[in-house]
Amino acid sequence: MSVLEVKDLLISFNQYTSGLKQQQLNVISNLTITLEKGEILAVVGASGSGKSLLAHAILGILPSNANVSGTLRYDGEVLTPAKQASLRGSEIALIPQSVNYLDPLMRVGNQVRTSARVENPVTAQRKVFERLHLHENVEKMYPFQLSGGMARRTLLSTAIVSGAKVIIADEPTPGLDPVVIKEAMESFRELADSGCAVMLITHDIVSALSIADKIAVFYAGTTVEIAPVENFAGDGEALRHPYSKALWRALPQNDFIPIPGAQPHPGDLPPGCLFAPRCPLATPECDRGQPEMRTLRDGMVRCIHAT
Amino acid sequence: MRKNAGVKIGSFILMKCIRMLTLLFAICLISFLLIKNSPIDPVQAYIGADMLKVGPEQRERIAEYWGLDQPVIVQFLNWGSALLKGDLGTSMIFRRPVSEIIGERFVNSVVLMLTAWVLSGVIGFVMGVVSAMKKDTWIDRIIKLYCYTLASTPTFWMGLLMLIVFAVWLGWFPIGLGVPAGVLAEDVTIADRLQHLILPALTLSVLGVANVALHTREKLIDVLASDYVMFARARGEKGFLLFWRHGLRNIALPAITLQFAAFSELFGGAVLAEQVFSYPGLGQATVEAGLRGDVPLLLGLVLFSTIFVFAGNLIADIIYYVVDPRTRESRTI
Repeated sequence: MSVLEVKDLLISFNQYTSGLKQQQLNVISNLTITLEKGEILAVVGASGSGKSLLAHAILGILPSNANVSGTLRYDGEVLTPAKQASLRGSEIALIPQSVNYLDPLMRVGNQVRTSARVENPVTAQRKVFERLHLHENVEKMYPFQLSGGMARRTLLSTAIVSGAKVIIADEPTPGLDPVVIKEAMESFRELADSGCAVMLITHDIVSALSIADKIAVFYAGTTVEIAPVENFAGDGEALRHPYSKALWRALPQNDFIPIPGAQPHPGDLPPGCLFAPRCPLATPECDRGQPEMRTLRDGMVRCIHAT
Repeated sequence: MRKNAGVKIGSFILMKCIRMLTLLFAICLISFLLIKNSPIDPVQAYIGADMLKVGPEQRERIAEYWGLDQPVIVQFLNWGSALLKGDLGTSMIFRRPVSEIIGERFVNSVVLMLTAWVLSGVIGFVMGVVSAMKKDTWIDRIIKLYCYTLASTPTFWMGLLMLIVFAVWLGWFPIGLGVPAGVLAEDVTIADRLQHLILPALTLSVLGVANVALHTREKLIDVLASDYVMFARARGEKGFLLFWRHGLRNIALPAITLQFAAFSELFGGAVLAEQVFSYPGLGQATVEAGLRGDVPLLLGLVLFSTIFVFAGNLIADIIYYVVDPRTRESRTI
């Protein structure tokens, strides 16, 4: 059974357009993913595709003007706001994007200790710091004194000391050098191997491929494909959705061919398939409503033409 | 590291002192020139009502005795060198050394200002915190309305209202002055002084809270919307604990700094409040010195208030420097 199940998630914001006219912006729509124990699911997609919002929605820390619908389940139980509040930090942990997520006026050791749930906070924090090769005087530092790699490992250690079973890492790699990225990725693999379910939100497909089990491809606030990691190989012929193929081929080490056009703005979504306006396979049928997510060859895809 | 920090703070204070000296020099020069060019005639101010009995020759001799016939720059140097020796001159109204009067008045004022300062700081801070934590609820609206109204209320008008309501109508407090009238100085009790202090102090505090409260509210709202508070929430922190750990820490510093930097407004407010309540403090002395052309006292007060306000800002800077780890601890560890 999946640890975490997200079904038909819809997140929207009300926006004032002109005067008092309100428009509903669907930033995430029809999103469905599942997370299994011991597995790393990488969520990849361009910036602005709603990846971070997904993380915040699972934790229930979206801003108050966001409207959420759809079902979230944790261990088969429906996640209500109250349930989310009790699971935050103990069962589900977030690893945020940058050092800005640490309190600038609090020593980092103390901040890590506040996350510890299982054992003595001080020993837990020291043990994790040692495991992540953080020097012992790092605990006395303030966030502004940390280097990029130290900050990354500090943030990671907050999730480890919490003993959470589901770990959501939001863009953990930008701005880091390859060695540190590799190190961070390996620690995620370790976490998954010890029984955690890891959701790795990133736009760094290459690093994600090195450790993930499954890849969910995001486009304009929804998943277009969920594929086992092995499918990302060669020319991408094993991939199902035209966008995933295009994304794969756009990588520098592959064909380096970008697809024309840009991701649609949430206020201006196409009527049917969200990718149709840029899709080489698009037919009039594609505009007749968003295709359902369907199972295809050991993966899932949201495209009527996919084979 | 420690030693390094000591050197750093030493040079920081030295720089501040140099700035203070240049500021004082500029203030001396400008206020001296302003008064020199004002319609105040020092001889007339000195003689006062007896002007008719003094002939032009005598007036000239007084002017000569004081060096008023010499060039402006020489006059300034004369005054400046006396100032450096600690001689502020003699007040023409009180016929006593200026430094003595300032000292005496300052004791009265400082009690008033300190009370108002502490009260407005603490109450304003709490109001700001409550308002931000309960943003967009009725209590936030009330606090905001109160602050906006108060922030645009003139001190003297508030003082008059206080006098009308609490002193005249209700009769709870005396109408003005610092001590009861008609009582010998040695018979005045501390309770008497306190009773005379309450209304002016209350006026100043009631007005002073608006600034701190609104700033604290804005700052806390920013902090609560920050990434690190969101992350703290994601780690399961909430309610008062969240505020205590991450909110208070990040808003206390700006609030303290603001409160020290508000010394100038406090001084300005005290001038008006003391006038309304006839409270014998520095403010009242300033108004009298200005109205009656008491040049030595006026200049002395200008210098003193400069130092007072500068000290407030300096304390704010030092606190920020010492307390904030981002300025205190260098990157090199």
